[in-house]
Amino acid sequence: MVATLLRLRFRVLGNQLARSPWQLVGFIFGAMYGLVVLVGIVVGLVLLGFGELPLAAGVVVVAGSLVTLGWALVPLIAFGVDTTLDPERLVVFPMSLSRMMVALTLAGVCGIPGMITSIAALATIATWAHWPAAIIAWLVSTPLAVLTAVVASRAVASAASGWGGGRRFRELSGILVFIPLILAGPIIVGVASGFAVNADTLAAVVPVLGWTPLGAAWAVPASAAAGDLPSAGAKLLIALATLAMLWLLWRASLGRSLVRPRQTSGGAARAGSIGSFGRVPTGAAGAIFVRALTYWVRDPRYLRQLVGVPLVPVLLWFYARDGDPMVALTFSGPIIAMVIGIVVWADISYDGTAFGMELITGATGRADRIGRILAAAAVALPLVLLAVVLPVAVSGEWEQFPGILGMSIGVLFTCYGVCAVTSAQVVIPVAAAGDNPFKRVPGTTFLQGMAFLGVWLVALVLSAPAVIVGVIGYFTQNPTLSWISCALGFVLGSAVLVSGILVGGSLLDRSGPVLLARLTAMRNA
Amino acid sequence: MPPTPTPTPTPSAATAAAVAGDPATHGGPAALELRGLHKRFGQKAAVADLSLRVPVGSFYGLVGPNGAGKTTTLSMATGLLVPDAGQALVHGVDVWHDPVTAKGMLGNLADGVKLFDRLTGEQLVTYNGLLFGLGHAEIARRTADLLALMDMTDAAGTMVVDYSAGMTKKIALACALVHAPRLLVLDEPFESVDPVSAANIQDILKSYVAGGGTVIVSSHSMDLVQRMCDHVAIVAAGRLLVAGTVDDVRAGQSLQDRFVELVGGRRHTEGPGWLRHS
Repeated sequence: MVATLLRLRFRVLGNQLARSPWQLVGFIFGAMYGLVVLVGIVVGLVLLGFGELPLAAGVVVVAGSLVTLGWALVPLIAFGVDTTLDPERLVVFPMSLSRMMVALTLAGVCGIPGMITSIAALATIATWAHWPAAIIAWLVSTPLAVLTAVVASRAVASAASGWGGGRRFRELSGILVFIPLILAGPIIVGVASGFAVNADTLAAVVPVLGWTPLGAAWAVPASAAAGDLPSAGAKLLIALATLAMLWLLWRASLGRSLVRPRQTSGGAARAGSIGSFGRVPTGAAGAIFVRALTYWVRDPRYLRQLVGVPLVPVLLWFYARDGDPMVALTFSGPIIAMVIGIVVWADISYDGTAFGMELITGATGRADRIGRILAAAAVALPLVLLAVVLPVAVSGEWEQFPGILGMSIGVLFTCYGVCAVTSAQVVIPVAAAGDNPFKRVPGTTFLQGMAFLGVWLVALVLSAPAVIVGVIGYFTQNPTLSWISCALGFVLGSAVLVSGILVGGSLLDRSGPVLLARLTAMRNA
Repeated sequence: MPPTPTPTPTPSAATAAAVAGDPATHGGPAALELRGLHKRFGQKAAVADLSLRVPVGSFYGLVGPNGAGKTTTLSMATGLLVPDAGQALVHGVDVWHDPVTAKGMLGNLADGVKLFDRLTGEQLVTYNGLLFGLGHAEIARRTADLLALMDMTDAAGTMVVDYSAGMTKKIALACALVHAPRLLVLDEPFESVDPVSAANIQDILKSYVAGGGTVIVSSHSMDLVQRMCDHVAIVAAGRLLVAGTVDDVRAGQSLQDRFVELVGGRRHTEGPGWLRHS
């Protein structure tokens, strides 16, 4: 049974690759990249063997602990990416729990990340070969280290699938994971400079790490090499206990989740409480407005975009921290307007086939455009205004305020106007609302990426007059230019917005069924 | 009757053609009239020259094997899929020339179309009412009625994404009914709906037809169609095989037998030996 599952795993991988030659090419490039990294690791480990023992011990233990930690954290981010061997799919087969766990563990070791981890772990022999005692310790501790990583990953995945009623937890983690990703630059710089300053901290961390469940298995050969056999034995015990604990935890949560499948019932409102649905004017535009607004605050795909908004000033401040951060922060308004304004270009794609529900009712294209743009603006306008007012209020340069406001409004309205036309013509494959944000969306093409860039460029060009005048006015401290930019932003932005709604509306009247047919053809929608 | 891979004109098919010609000769207004609908997907003709007349006040069943083109036909009839050729008229209004008027008279439960599942059930029905421009008080009244009818008042405040398959079907049906359409087009309405709810819904549909409405329902359940519908059309491979009143079409047989006889592909076998335990 275990062998069958392993074969199934490779069969699925093979079929996926066979489906498209481009995927095969991607896989080969990925594999080559992995090989290069692996060769680098092995060479590094060989060289490390010629160095001092404390250095070698430090590097192996820290790197090993990070690998284990990575394995444990990945399931929180990568839920639902590879469900080939999801326990929920295996539950129909006559297989004992222990057997299933053994099979899943082995499948984890034999996957691509598992093989890379295993080879790298085995390659630590190149370092430890210089110390005979460490070689014996390596024999025992290496499989332990790899198994701990894989079992930790499975245990976390199993526990996470049972937490918090499933959907809500998955969606929340799918939103929050973007914060560290957006802030990756500042975080890396911060951590690096922090460690550079405090080499002593690192030296203090390593010995402690070796006694924790994360690093114990990796630290056994290091202790043995130093001739400290009692410490090596104790660390081995810690590592064994860690693996046993993880195994039991996994067993408990897996056993629970198999007999009690994922619960999806979230909190429910009382009957009769329909929120703003009871307050909008009746008609297609009102209905679409309140529906779209609900999606802006409930659909993880929109929320992900909103999470990025407060991070824009953070990034601006970070990259301008050596110059004049206040100048950069002043321009948060227009930049946020651009980032959040362009989101509506995929509005109908986000609907998926549910767009058919709207099409069934014969709502006009113009009503659709108005409803969607009002909803987007109801969310975006307060954020943009806040980003315009706050920096000016802090710096006190109120004579610059009209220009910044004009640029922001101009950019936002222009984005809406341009997207009102393009989204009536183009739908793109997007992840479903509950999907993992990192899941590969089938059917994405290069051309669609170019289309998005095109939309962005057109919006930039159309809002250029207000932006150019505004920027010149800001840097020359010219209040007149600032007021001109304000007028340009409002007038040109509104003009693009209104004509976008009119043109896009009549386009959508004709293209609606075509868009639905394309959405239906995309498996994901 | 041995399985026939390609249906050849047998005597029964000849009478089928005679019955198929029958409704066209009927007078009276049509709730839905399809004229020569064509649709190709790549090389495959999904629907070929399909004409059908659904009289006002009829309870019309549309049946056919998997992949026969039922959903494609209904999509073209309701303005969701552009036909390559042909016309679809709802109470005399061309769906593809005046979609707003035509769709206003239509209630549609489409197959393969998702719902806006981040709304609660009650919000979703209200949303549909708003789209058709009903007043708030009227929407609230009808939504409450529909939810009670579907036995879903308890789930009114739960997001549709958390509904079971049957509940999702029921809320979609409520959405199709909220604006009191003159013609209801239901694609597989009873799939995964529990028997009690299905019986309740069938009662509603019967009284809706008795009150002058027209229902077209596609289904795989011959029993259901024979029991509920007064008219039936059988399609296979994108073509209309036979259409008419249920009694005319089944010609003394059960609808199930008649369907199998027309469509073909039935095998008489007890299954492989290893599957029998006695």
